[in-house]
Amino acid sequence: MSSPTPAHQPQPQSDPALYESLNVHNVYSQIAPHFSQTRHKPWPLVSNFLLSQPPGSLGLDIGCGNGKYLDVNPAVYLLGSDRSPELIRLALEEGADRKSAVDGSKARGREVCVADGLALPFPAGRADFVISVAVVHHFSTRERRVEAVRRLLECVRGGGKVLVYVWALEQGSSRRGWDEGMEQDQLVPWVMRRNQPKKNKDRDRKEVEGEEGKEEKTFQRYYHLYRKGELEEDVVSAGGTVVDSGFERDNWWTVATRP
Amino acid sequence: MKVLTLNFLTCAVKACKSSSDSFPLHPKDAELVHDDVEVNAQLLTNLLHRLDWKALRTTATELGFPDLPETAPTQEDLENDEKTLKDLHNLLIETQMMEGKLVCGHCGHEYAVREGIANFLLPTHLV
Repeated sequence: MSSPTPAHQPQPQSDPALYESLNVHNVYSQIAPHFSQTRHKPWPLVSNFLLSQPPGSLGLDIGCGNGKYLDVNPAVYLLGSDRSPELIRLALEEGADRKSAVDGSKARGREVCVADGLALPFPAGRADFVISVAVVHHFSTRERRVEAVRRLLECVRGGGKVLVYVWALEQGSSRRGWDEGMEQDQLVPWVMRRNQPKKNKDRDRKEVEGEEGKEEKTFQRYYHLYRKGELEEDVVSAGGTVVDSGFERDNWWTVATRP
Repeated sequence: MKVLTLNFLTCAVKACKSSSDSFPLHPKDAELVHDDVEVNAQLLTNLLHRLDWKALRTTATELGFPDLPETAPTQEDLENDEKTLKDLHNLLIETQMMEGKLVCGHCGHEYAVREGIANFLLPTHLV
């Protein structure tokens, strides 16, 4: 086994969109199948939010990844979008034979598309609710994070609710060891084991021999770790109103509405 | 991608959002497939009020379906008239666009649809 690669702190960037393209989008493209294998269990608070929506509601899951939330409540019409074409393909493929995580009923077929969080293809004010789980923390400047929240708020009708989840800085009990007062912008390693040993031709990436001839490859993803109260500040800056918020499993979450 | 989803999609270009020409997107070279799906009368009935009926009429016509009535059926219509319910189910839920393009009527940008997935990522000059 190789020792985990320590997190690096990113340097200030002159082109945040390019930076995210290299340190978020490209990484998800390469780790998509492995990432997806580890992301099947819906978080209870998100599931409860989805199940609390009236039948026939129109919902959006912005940054749906492999689509694990799309089948939770078969009584609502939930559209998913993600920046990663690879994850969207997986969401569609897995949706074809998955059953609802809640009641075991057969999934209705998933409705997903590829879209950037800052250029969403959804008409303003049509959705009854929006969820965006573990997405906004991938934008690398505050301006872009606030803009991302603003785009989520624009999608819902007046009174419609937006649930946002972001990774917390305060997670002293987790193995990552981040906590209050530490650097909030981090490159977080994703270690992927490959079954087929392959010559390393890419010198930019760290690649080490694992046990039994297997290779491990480490990718660095950019995160902005939210401190307590920061998500609410971003919601207010985006023109929203916080109706509920809290901490769950090393994440800050908030439910917001727009006027 | 179901026809129902087309009723909830518009152009991803920010400047187009305020133009009524950007919605609905116009299918081009659309390849449709029909999936048999069990009728979920409750879901359809409940979704009625979320539909933009005028946009749906446009989409249905552009995809070669018979003209829809000028006004949307009411919940009572769907509950009492099985044919109306089945026709809507056939169009909205069972009809899938698998290949082709979705075109914005305002900026003219064409979004590719491949294997049922629309891609709304914009080229740099449109961001």
